[in-house]
Amino acid sequence: MTIPQAQRGRPGPADLPDERLTIETRRLTKLYPGGTLAVDALDLGVEKGEFFGLLGPNGAGKTTTIGMLTTRVVPTGGEMWIAGINVRAHQQDVKRIIGVVTQFNTLDRRLTAWENLYHHGRYFGLSRAEARKEATRVLELVRLEERGKSLVDALSGGMQQRLLIGRALVHRPEVLFLDEPTTGIDPQGRLALWDILLQLHAQGQTILLTTHYMEEAERLCQRVAIMDNGKILAMGSPDELKRSVGAETIITLRAEPVTPALVAALENVSGVRSVEEGPRGLQVLAGASRGLVPQVAEAALAQDVQLIDIAVSTPTLETVFMRLTGRELRE
Amino acid sequence: MTTEAAASPGLRARPTLPMGFLQPFMAMMERDFRVLKRDMVPFMVRTAMQPFLFVFVFTYVQPKIGAGAPGFQDVLVPGLIASSVIFQGIQAVAIPLVMEFSQTREIEDRVMAPLPVWGVALQKMTFAFLQSMIVVAVVFPLVYIVPVNTPKLHISILALITVIPLGAFLSAAMGLLIGTAVNPRQITLVFALIVMPLTFLGAVYYPWSQLEAIRWLQVLTLLNPLVYMSEGLRGALTPEYGHMSYWAVYGGLIFCCAACTWGGIRMFSKRVLS
Ligand SMILES: Nc1ncnc2c1ncn2[C@@H]1O[C@H](COP(=O)(O)OP(=O)(O)OP(=O)(O)O)[C@@H](O)[C@H]1O
Ligand SMILES: [Mg+2]
Repeated sequence: MTIPQAQRGRPGPADLPDERLTIETRRLTKLYPGGTLAVDALDLGVEKGEFFGLLGPNGAGKTTTIGMLTTRVVPTGGEMWIAGINVRAHQQDVKRIIGVVTQFNTLDRRLTAWENLYHHGRYFGLSRAEARKEATRVLELVRLEERGKSLVDALSGGMQQRLLIGRALVHRPEVLFLDEPTTGIDPQGRLALWDILLQLHAQGQTILLTTHYMEEAERLCQRVAIMDNGKILAMGSPDELKRSVGAETIITLRAEPVTPALVAALENVSGVRSVEEGPRGLQVLAGASRGLVPQVAEAALAQDVQLIDIAVSTPTLETVFMRLTGRELRE
Repeated sequence: MTTEAAASPGLRARPTLPMGFLQPFMAMMERDFRVLKRDMVPFMVRTAMQPFLFVFVFTYVQPKIGAGAPGFQDVLVPGLIASSVIFQGIQAVAIPLVMEFSQTREIEDRVMAPLPVWGVALQKMTFAFLQSMIVVAVVFPLVYIVPVNTPKLHISILALITVIPLGAFLSAAMGLLIGTAVNPRQITLVFALIVMPLTFLGAVYYPWSQLEAIRWLQVLTLLNPLVYMSEGLRGALTPEYGHMSYWAVYGGLIFCCAACTWGGIRMFSKRVLS
């Protein structure tokens, strides 16, 4: 199995950042006091204008990674740069050029939607007139122009999430960090949010997004790093990653009992590349799917086993993750 | 290289320290003033109600119905100002802070502003200090006007204009410390266990010197920061009732201010950084 290690940020001189990269980490590590190694020698490189995704299950270390890049979590090892600025050494300079959307809603509940944006702009050094202008611009960008005067609590969850993202954009940051921005949002709200994010990307915004929805990573990100236990398991464009599975079709087969003879029989079907046991049953990886399913089913039935279920799909990032870890992305 | 990189497109990119510090600091003050202005009426009511009821019952109602101690109105002037100021720090700083740390998580956004974490804590304290000064301006006239027998004050300006700001500072620092050290589940317990004893045993309703009759209590209450403010104000307003020496007053106030500020900022940083 080959995993594309599209490692563009090849380490340069030990203490200098690679100037082509907007976000760069080298052996970035976080060992929490309790003994959890949340992020383990992470090497990451994100180019200017790139939409980059960190995809991983709960506890993978996504929030910790963003926390370190945004000065909130103190690393226990390694280095990191944002736009060439050393994050550990120049925290205030870094804060000035990043926009952060945390995993939790941190809106100022005593202010209206518009005021949230206005005051945020002021925190970041905009003059009153600039802040007013930017607040109005961003309100439009996140499609809340009608709700400017509403207090935060009067907005729906999806609207609050959009406002949260808008607020991170008021000071026109170089990099936007989004930590699971669509978790807990209804499908319609998610689509609206995706729209906004794609629009931002089209305008050249560099974005680092974390998610544990593979559809989200596939739809939005140009490059995805699959993360688990603080480590990157694979990195590349969604297509590259899916191709790394080495199959165009995946037939998932649930049969009882699973015998070596059954596996061998399936492997012998022409077009089948490999057969693996996964959490949902036997995974038959194969080339083009024409006429394959009946053949696979026949081969299974000829082995005198009980065929419970058979499903056909194409590789997704979920498949990639499953093959790398033997687990499913969403528990 | 660093500053160049920071100064790429868009608006932003103002100079670094000390302007870089002052700008977000003042912007946060602006936000706090907006919220305060909006909440002015509830803020006033909350501040004034307790001291008002107290002077009303003990220095208006009681004398009228022939009960109560003579001169109590004089004792209450410094005492109630001091306790209102300290109480303000807990009500307007500590409780909101506990919420901002847990439920609303607003703090997590505030520390993303280009200001060191201790700067955010300092801003919270500065605003609390100003609020405490407003409290003095509200409570002082109240405790002077309401009593049937107008309190007899011998004002020592120098003591007054130093003890009041120190006390306001102390209230802000205590608010920060309690607000960062306590989690939401403990807040009612903290009220019962710390805030109530502090106010009742803070030389508010009696001059500290009279506690000589209960020596152990007199010594024990030296641990209460409020005592130093009450006694300082007693010296500044009603010295004939006897008060703690100014050395002790200023020493105690400055020590408590320093300790609470140090502890508060430390706890604050510990809570927002991991
Ligand atoms: N403040 C902390 N102290 C100790 N351990 C922590 C702390 N924060 C996170 N961890 C641990 O570090 C690991 C990574 O956590 P992190 O929050 O970075 O994961 P995540 O990928 O963001 O997960 P999720 O999808 O649940 O948000 C977890 O095992 C978590 O328990
Ligand atoms: Mg997380």
